[in-house]
Parts: sequence; structure tokens; C-alpha cells
Amino acid sequence: MESKLRKLKTEYLGRTIVTVFGISIIVLTLAILAFLGYKGGATFLTHGHSLASFLFSSKWDPAQAGQVGTVGSAVFIVGTLEVAALALLIAAPFSLAVAIVISDLAPRVGRRFLRPVIEVFVGIPSVVYGWLGLTVLVPLVARIFHLPFGFSVLSAGLVLAVMIFPTITSVAADALQATPPESKEASYALGSTRWQMIRRVALRYGRTGILTGIVLGLARACGEALAVAMVIGQSNSFAHGLLSPTNTITAVITSSMGNTVNGSEYNDALWSLAFLLLLISLVFIVVIRFIGRQREDS
Amino acid sequence: MKKLIASVLCLALLATILAGCGSSNTGANANAGTGSTSSVSGSIAMDGSSALLPLAQTAATQFQAKNPDCAITANGGGSGTGLNDVLAGTVDIGNSDVYAAEKLTAADAAKLVDHKVALIGVATIVNADVAAAVKSLSSDQLKSIFSGQTKNWSVVGGPNEAITIINRPTSSGTRSLFQKWALGGQKSVEGATSLQTDDSKALLTTVGATKGAIGYVALSYLVQPSAQIGTVGIDGVDATYANIYNNTYQVWGYEHMYTKGQPKANVQAFLDYMSSADMASTIESSGYGVIASLNAAAAASR
Repeated sequence: MESKLRKLKTEYLGRTIVTVFGISIIVLTLAILAFLGYKGGATFLTHGHSLASFLFSSKWDPAQAGQVGTVGSAVFIVGTLEVAALALLIAAPFSLAVAIVISDLAPRVGRRFLRPVIEVFVGIPSVVYGWLGLTVLVPLVARIFHLPFGFSVLSAGLVLAVMIFPTITSVAADALQATPPESKEASYALGSTRWQMIRRVALRYGRTGILTGIVLGLARACGEALAVAMVIGQSNSFAHGLLSPTNTITAVITSSMGNTVNGSEYNDALWSLAFLLLLISLVFIVVIRFIGRQREDS
Repeated sequence: MKKLIASVLCLALLATILAGCGSSNTGANANAGTGSTSSVSGSIAMDGSSALLPLAQTAATQFQAKNPDCAITANGGGSGTGLNDVLAGTVDIGNSDVYAAEKLTAADAAKLVDHKVALIGVATIVNADVAAAVKSLSSDQLKSIFSGQTKNWSVVGGPNEAITIINRPTSSGTRSLFQKWALGGQKSVEGATSLQTDDSKALLTTVGATKGAIGYVALSYLVQPSAQIGTVGIDGVDATYANIYNNTYQVWGYEHMYTKGQPKANVQAFLDYMSSADMASTIESSGYGVIASLNAAAAASR
């Protein structure tokens, strides 16, 4: 009896608690997925729009109060991808360089100084980034390029780059630091300079980890709403270039969700966009898993 | 020892939570106890239109000062949120800038009772550079600007600056009022010279910071004058409540408080207070219009 009770306490209790929490997280995730799918599907099932007109048309004028409008979201989809890609292009070189400094060039400075700085970056809320972007970056872009306003793909890309930089950097630095010391030493023994070692050994070992960081950064860039909405200009048209305003999926959702009612075409179109955003992040997760499996194989 | 500390901490936490509940309970009891001194008690919850929110909050504060046993919570969220929530029964009053029928299906709109509490005028605003030269636009000029045909202020007598249109989202009540009454129903052009902001405060900031910008906000946002922006009249008529009352300025709408079915007694008391003579001066000083002041022609125009 005594031992049974003890076993109950030492083994089953903990296991039950962990299982319950684990399962509830899975159920929650599936519930969100199902809800978004149900709400997002209404655009096509209830309001009768085709998937092609949603994805490839740029005519965004959904109706309220039971009328019929258009739900073309191509501008927002392209805008989201453009801004995220630009942010990645700007952030990746910085991230990689800082990751190399942390892992190989100056590990002590990295541990004592760079890592904490990066953690501070992560802790800054996105509204602060957006506000800084709005008050500092947007007027600056307007002044430098002699534009009437600085709301642009460039501004959004720069703000996002600062936001995804810490994600990519810390994941990449972890990956580089995981390079086996024997391989590094072997490289030095063969007469490599430090740079040759980093390029041929550390970066090769860390490749999959760096890629994972990049995909994580991309996922964050696509999902960021507040900061981007404040500096992108929210113009419902394709950008003509880096200095032109456009709109993103997250920005259009946040700007209109409070003004529409449940079940209206407008509201359902926003849910479809939310579901699309979820699908985009699912794709990124699949890519990360795929990269991770490759790492295990090699 | 560790275990002891842990259990003490847990107990302390539990005690704090319980204490929190306890105090709020006693608070409610205390209110109920003094209920005899005032006729209105209970709680009223409302949300919705952010344009109406400042007035709703002021009214709630004043009403509660007179009726200390009545607790009113007023939140924003947008007209859609207000209509959604009042329909679902999660709030007593849903605030909206537009008629429920413009957002809801006819069947749902029929379940709601409309209480018009104030008027809201919408003014055309421009950047200070433009405001110095342009005091009024004809409605044709305004339509031409918002359709993207007029691209430079010099065409309409302003400085040589490119025109940037700052819109609200297409779902916005302010935008639909402006589109209907200032642009004669014509939709604004979408393009690289036409931006959007989430809310009216951001729109004010953006118009103030962007040379050659034009936009529109409710008059309640213009109570405090700003040096960065200026208002522009339409056909020589300024956007003032005096001009709305005498039916010369057309860009205005009603602010609505919707209830699901007939309101309960305390909600009715609050709605009565909203349309009382007491509130009229507050309504005007907050940048809204008093419905009773409309002349017959203006009232008949809607």
C-alpha cells in the first residue's frame, strides 16, 4: 500500500500533469487551426469567391451588410513577402557577422556584451519599434530621398530587419558554437588561418542552424503587425519600388477588424487573410523541420 | 526547508488572490447597500465606435457622479465591434458611427433599437503648407483630388506640392460619411499617392507631417487646434456645427447607441441623460453636435 501510494506520487502524478498540459496545447493549436479554417473558408463557401480571385486579384473592396464586393488580396500578399524578403536581405549579413564574432572571433566580448545586447533587442515591444520607425525613420527616408512622405517598403524593411536581427543572430551563434572543437583544431593544424577555419569548418557545420535562424526570422517578419502597419503607408496598391508604399496582410487585418461585423463579407475576408497567414507560417515550420532532418542525416 | 518556503509562498499567493476577490465583493455589496440614495444602480457596459468613445466616457463619468451606484464601463474597438457585441449580448450598448443596417444583415439590424445621441461632423483637413493658401475647395475640386485626377495643389490655387491622400480603411465610418456626403458617393483612388491610417489620431499626425497631404477627421478630433494642419471648407462653407445646424454643411452623420431590444431601466436612464439639456453643452464642447439644434431642413436631409 505504502509503496503503491509512493509510486502514484513519484510516477503517475507527474506523468498525468505533464500529459494533460501537453495534450491541451495540442488541442488548443488544432482548435485555432479549425476555427481559422472555418471562418476563413466562408469567403469561398458562403460568399462564393474563387480562390484565384482571392489570391491573384488586387481589387480589394469587400462589402458589409450582406452585399457583394471583391476580396482580391494580391497586394497584401505580395506586400508581406516583399517586406519580409527585404528585411531578411538587410538583417542576414549583420546577423551572420555578429554570430561569427560571438562564436569565434571574440567569444568573451560576445558572451559578456553582445549576447546581452541582443537579448535587450528581443525584449523591446514591437509598438516601440513602430513608433521609432514612424517618428525617426519615416521622416528621414522622406528627407534623404526628397519624397513627400517616407512611408515605404524600405522603411518597413528596415524596421523589420532590426526586429528579426536578434532571432537570426542568436540561433546562428548557437549553431556556430556547436562546431566540434576537434574539427576546428584539425583545421588549424592543417595551417588554416582563423578566417579559413571559420569559412570552411564553422560555417559548414553551422549551415543548417543558420538556415533555421533565417527561416525563423522570415516567419517573424511575415507575422509582425503593429510596427509594419505604422510605417508601410497602407496603400492598397502594389509597390513600384523600395520607396513606394504598399500594404501587408497583418496591417489590413488590424486596421479593419474592429470596423466590421461577424459574418459580413469584409469580416470573413479578413479571416481568410488570417488563415493564409497561418498557412504561411506552417510552411515555414515545415521548412525548418526539413532543414533539421537534413542536419540529423549529415 | 525549501518545501516549507514553497508552501508558504503558495499560500501567500492564494491569500492575495482571495483577498482581491474578497475586496471587490465587499465593494459591490457596499454599492448595493447605499442603493437607496439613488434611483439608478447596477452596471452598464458599452463598446464600439472610437469616434463616439470620448463623449461616451465623459457622459459616463458625469452620470456616475450623479448616480454613484451605477457602474459604467465604456470601451472602443470600432463600430463593428460595438454592433457585434450588443447583438451577442456581451454589452448593453453598442456604439456606432453608422446605421446598423449599413453593417449588419437586415434580420440582425431589426433586433437592435437605435438611439441617436449626437451628431458628428467630418472636416476636410490639409497640411499647414496647403492650409495657408487653400481655405476652401469646391466639391468638384474635392472629387477631382480624391479620384486622383488633380495631382498637384497648384491646380486648385495651392503651393506647388504633390497631393497625398490620407484615407481611413474602407471599413471606417468616417470614411463612409466622407465618401457619401463630400464626394457624392465616389470612391477614393487607391495608389501610391493614397495612404491609409488605422485611426483618426494617426491620420492627424500623418497629415501634419506630410507636405501636400489631405485627409478627413471627425470634428471631435479638432477641438484642440494644431499648428501642423488646417481645415478646408467645401464650396466656401466651413465645417462647423453652426453650418450643420442650418443645413449648409452636409458632411455629417448621427452617432448611434444601439441596444438589443428595449433597454433595461438603468440603460434607459443613461440614454435619457445623453439627450438631456445637461449634456448638450458637454456634447458641443467635446466636438459633437446636438441633434435638437438641427433646423427642419437639416433634420429632413437624413
